[in-house]
Amino acid sequence: MENIKDKVAIIGMGCTKFGELWNKGPYDLIVDACYEAFDDAGIESKDIQAAWFASLVSGFTGSRLSNALKLEYKPITRVENFCSGGLHALSNACYAVASGFCDIALACGVEKLKDRASGFAMVNPEPMDSSKVIPETPPANMFAQIAISYFQRHGWDIEEGRRVLAQISVKSHHNGTLSPKAHLQHEIRVEDVLKAPMIVYPLGLYDCCGLSDGAAAAIITRADIAKDFRNDYVLIKGFGFCSGAGQALLQDDYDFLHIPENIAAARVAYEQAGIKEPREEINIAQVHDCFSIHELILYEELGFSPKGKAKEDVEAGTFALDGDLPVNTDGGLKCFGHPLSATGLRMTYEIYKQLQENTGPRQVKNARIGLVHNAGGMIGSFNASVAIFGKRD
Amino acid sequence: MVGIINCGAYIPFWRLSRRALRDGLTGEKAIAGFDEDSITMAVAATLDCLNGIDRQAVDGLFFSSTTSPYKEKLGATIVATAADLRRDIITADFSNSLRAGTISLRAAIDAVKSGSAKQVLVVAADCRLGAPGSNWESSLGDGAAAFLIGASEVIAEVEAIHSICNEMMDIWRTEDDRFMRSSDSRFVASEGYSRVSREAIAGILKSSNLKAEDFNKAVFGLPDSKAQVALAKAMGFDVKTHLQDSLSSWVGDTGAAYSFILLQAALENAKENDRVLWLNYGNGSDAISLRVTDRIINWPKKKVISRYFESKNTIEDYRVYARWRGLLPSERPSPCLGIAAPPALWREVEGNIRLYGVKCNVCHTIQYPPQAVCTKCHAKDQFEKVRLSDKKGRLVTYSIDYVNWSLEMPTITAVVNFEGGGRIQCLMSEAKGEELKLDMPVTMSFRKLDFREGINIYSWKCIPARY
Repeated sequence: MENIKDKVAIIGMGCTKFGELWNKGPYDLIVDACYEAFDDAGIESKDIQAAWFASLVSGFTGSRLSNALKLEYKPITRVENFCSGGLHALSNACYAVASGFCDIALACGVEKLKDRASGFAMVNPEPMDSSKVIPETPPANMFAQIAISYFQRHGWDIEEGRRVLAQISVKSHHNGTLSPKAHLQHEIRVEDVLKAPMIVYPLGLYDCCGLSDGAAAAIITRADIAKDFRNDYVLIKGFGFCSGAGQALLQDDYDFLHIPENIAAARVAYEQAGIKEPREEINIAQVHDCFSIHELILYEELGFSPKGKAKEDVEAGTFALDGDLPVNTDGGLKCFGHPLSATGLRMTYEIYKQLQENTGPRQVKNARIGLVHNAGGMIGSFNASVAIFGKRD
Repeated sequence: MVGIINCGAYIPFWRLSRRALRDGLTGEKAIAGFDEDSITMAVAATLDCLNGIDRQAVDGLFFSSTTSPYKEKLGATIVATAADLRRDIITADFSNSLRAGTISLRAAIDAVKSGSAKQVLVVAADCRLGAPGSNWESSLGDGAAAFLIGASEVIAEVEAIHSICNEMMDIWRTEDDRFMRSSDSRFVASEGYSRVSREAIAGILKSSNLKAEDFNKAVFGLPDSKAQVALAKAMGFDVKTHLQDSLSSWVGDTGAAYSFILLQAALENAKENDRVLWLNYGNGSDAISLRVTDRIINWPKKKVISRYFESKNTIEDYRVYARWRGLLPSERPSPCLGIAAPPALWREVEGNIRLYGVKCNVCHTIQYPPQAVCTKCHAKDQFEKVRLSDKKGRLVTYSIDYVNWSLEMPTITAVVNFEGGGRIQCLMSEAKGEELKLDMPVTMSFRKLDFREGINIYSWKCIPARY
């Protein structure tokens, strides 16, 4: 099996401001993100040879993308993998370029969630649950189940656990203040987190990311011609994708302490990128902090912290902007909100800009290898994605 | 000797303080939770009755209620399926009268006597609604009870039945009525239950050649305590020693289930050879003479009703009850969760209603819902069915949702491991957040998950283990 490492490069990216964009529809968001990417790559829309378009609720079929951009009779595929959709659009574009199917490909993810009060709740798992007996477990419930298990099986009381999680949200909110495109740009204190209204016990308001609108896009080309577009292109070092088969609920020994899909996806991506010691070799990471507990367990799942020891690293500030391994440097889902299919490409945008040393006050020094992680789905049926990016030599 | 082999009952965990209805009222009444109805309560009573009994031996199920959630569609088939009875049984709904339960019991006895069935389960459940502010709202309660009827190993033999048919407009609901209607209460009492009950009792005494003093217990399914006492006095029974208490202080008049519940309460402290006069009323009357057998001595269900007395959560706020019954408009958003597809409900009936999981014949892993390919060893189509509804469970983890749109707030999701293997993710009902602990024991309870587009979506939730 061939490896994607160093075969393709990102030569341009765009990302809208994320937030409650009442005056923007999905087409506006697509146009804003893609035209920023075109300008960044120094190309025009007619240069796009193929495209992958990720959306859960804002687009059926690839034609939504071509309608917005007026791509004329190009092959466009809609990609949907819940919260992982954006990275899947990116990877499909990369694999297409690597295979020789095309030389310049577009990956775009968009989600317009704020036209409905219930966000994405209208998406029904038909026909897998046509009888409607599967309990509605909105995502906060699944991660609360993990938090309850993680706290109690580590011998923490709820208060102690909530304090650990609060530090993660405080860190992300600080980073968000340095991030002009973030939805939320204000500092919070641990006390604010602990006093905030309960959403799903034990997760309070500040343990949860928001719902927002947004879009992001990337232009992909072959690594060997990338320098024709720009010098500071960013290379794909590895992808790892993994879908659960329901094991966590079908088998009675899963302990809700970790998400096996995350671990499996990271293993594949690290293998492709040749990463043996992720804590040492990865310089910056954007991980799927839909809920603070997910970021906590991801530190362990991605090999940043030893199993059961993430708390020590949180308290040591390891993942802060000036720590050993800065995580969610732009404020993460916590501050950007989570327009599902746009998120993976928004996180990639941050890594891309960081590796180009183009992120102003939140710039991480000497970053050469960056990681993006998404996971979407349900307990036992997550679709986890890990992408590794690197600076050109 | 045809009679009652076993009893089962269900009094809802929820009680409404009558003070919430009107200042000066006392006591409580049992009310079905927002996720319960006559079907789910009937299932609970049926499972209680069949606990420790071979379900394969049950040849019929009769469901009695004046509040079946469907006007057209059997409730008995839902109850029988949830109780995991055989398919080749007789099922019927008895309705439209508070006498439905005793009428179905008579039919069951006739079926057993005729030899068309060996054992028939009769279950009655009701949750009638009184108009806000009415006396009905205070007196009616919700509940269910079941009897297994057969010809051997009975705890009480049915010696005689005497029925009266009486046409009058005393208590009724039309097709469009949500609330009870009744005519002048003096008329209802004097020309209704007083006269007709006496007529039925006189009839059975005469045909059995018995007198009041031959009976050790009197169980009268009349609308309230006062009526029961008046009848007892009129017929020469000693109220203190003979008359079964009305349970109105904590249960209320549970409609078609009321006479069943009262008889079971009376059987709790019955002795061998006790003779019970059991009367039920509704457009006529059924008087039934029962003789308690020696099997009552070792009968394990001596608390069939009373164990529910302390097992409760009392609601003091009328708004909660009113919202549960749809008497108050609510701001419930439309989350577009989709309708339940009848073909899917039909093809998944074993997983959803019988709560079957499957056990892999190769690696023995029990998994729910039923699968085609084994989650562990990947063997295809090599499963046997395993009923999980009666398995004890332990809480693996949970969440408490404060922003959901459910009528029970907060909403608890649970992951449960079954004793002997298998796991389910489900909603948890009737739990208080502070009592939740990992590994705590839970049991499965049949509930109405939702009502969408004319379809009641039934399946199972877990509840804290109580008995």
